[in-house]
Amino acid sequence: MVAIPSRHKSLVLLAGVIVLQVLMLAVQIKRDSEGRLIRVWTVGAVSPFERAGSSGFGWFRTTWRHYFALQNTTKENEQIRRENDALKLQISQLQGKAAEADRLAVLLNFRQSHAGVPMIAARVIGTGTASLTIQLDRGERDGIRKDMGVITPDGVVGKVVESYPNASQVLLLTDKESGVGAMLADSRTQSPVGGQGEPLLVMKYVPNDDTVNLGERVITSGMDRIFPRDLPVGTVAEIKSGNPFKQIRIKPAANLERLEEVLVLLSLRPLEMKNEENTGDAQPHAPGAANPPQAARR
Amino acid sequence: MNDAFDIRGESHIEVHKFRGGAIIVATLLALVIQAALPVHFSKAAILDLPLLVTIYFGLSRRNPSTGLLLGMVIGLLQDSLSGPRVPLGLYGIAKTIIGYLASSIGARLDTEHPAARFALTAAFFVAHQGLMVLTRRILLAQQESWFNVHLFVAALVNAFVAVFLFLLLDRLRRN
Repeated sequence: MVAIPSRHKSLVLLAGVIVLQVLMLAVQIKRDSEGRLIRVWTVGAVSPFERAGSSGFGWFRTTWRHYFALQNTTKENEQIRRENDALKLQISQLQGKAAEADRLAVLLNFRQSHAGVPMIAARVIGTGTASLTIQLDRGERDGIRKDMGVITPDGVVGKVVESYPNASQVLLLTDKESGVGAMLADSRTQSPVGGQGEPLLVMKYVPNDDTVNLGERVITSGMDRIFPRDLPVGTVAEIKSGNPFKQIRIKPAANLERLEEVLVLLSLRPLEMKNEENTGDAQPHAPGAANPPQAARR
Repeated sequence: MNDAFDIRGESHIEVHKFRGGAIIVATLLALVIQAALPVHFSKAAILDLPLLVTIYFGLSRRNPSTGLLLGMVIGLLQDSLSGPRVPLGLYGIAKTIIGYLASSIGARLDTEHPAARFALTAAFFVAHQGLMVLTRRILLAQQESWFNVHLFVAALVNAFVAVFLFLLLDRLRRN
């Protein structure tokens, strides 16, 4: 057997490890496999720390914004200032909680006004690095499954691309591989809206002859069978003539760069977004969605 | 302290050992902070803390085999946490090579000076992005641009952060 000189051992190891990973990539592409087991283990192990980290950073941000940024204004004597600082700290924490309560109240109102649509609130605990993804603190145990829609009261956020027992990953609408069935609110012209890896979305396949106005609302068409009709997607921000279709760029309705809480639509079947007056007619189709676990509901 | 060369001109590159569990804790913290920080501070997405940890331990341990294996583990963990759209191996390959290069260079040069750390981190960051683009283009048939201003800014920001992060990580060394 040929002995490998010790100085070359690390090079051989490098080559072996690289080849192994290239093969792993090739297997994933060919079989469309996603190495789910490794991901489940990793996400399961890391997500509790992510939760703790997310809460810690949230506390730090609130304290920084409401306390440190304001403290230069105080000119009182030492005793009063100490008391004042302590009170400010308390206020900042209460403000943070109040802001969170406001956001949750908006989510709750939205849920109540769309009682026929099964949905669950979830907190954003992490972000992806290479693709535009976010990680939620709820997963399979809460009824969340792959391909479910994710929204906020402001508009569409994206869809679930992977669900783990206690966490799930959401592909944001701005990702290159993301898309939603949409239509222009005024003309009712239907066309998919997709991401480009940039803050603005793109609306494809609107003929040059169709009239589109800047600022016109874009809403979901329901044709993608993920999102119910009439949810806000965004507003028209740019229009250019193209060949053969217009090049329309859309500003997303939801603030995708600052998401903290979202709603996951607990159904994999087409849904109709019902108004308050006809919520009694709403019939969720997916059995699991119609009766999501009670513990999962916020 | 600079122990790179003695008065006879012979190189004496010091191999640093770390406290038990330091590498695991630092790696886990880097992955958690990388995922959680941009939720609250969106600009923090420009950082690649797992890469900085790979570079640091590569430069300090100065053993190419250890460096490349640590890079592979960190890279694969990052792949796993980046969602199913990122295939397992994308970060893995890039960080394996960076771990190998960092520990190979660390075994030949004094990498304790902040200026050296700044320059090396910036270079490794660009190389890491280059490897990612290469993998995407060749193995995944995805169109990615080689260079843009964002990459240049990100390299400088990461190198700047690395200078202070490495000083912090130096405290984990066993004397």
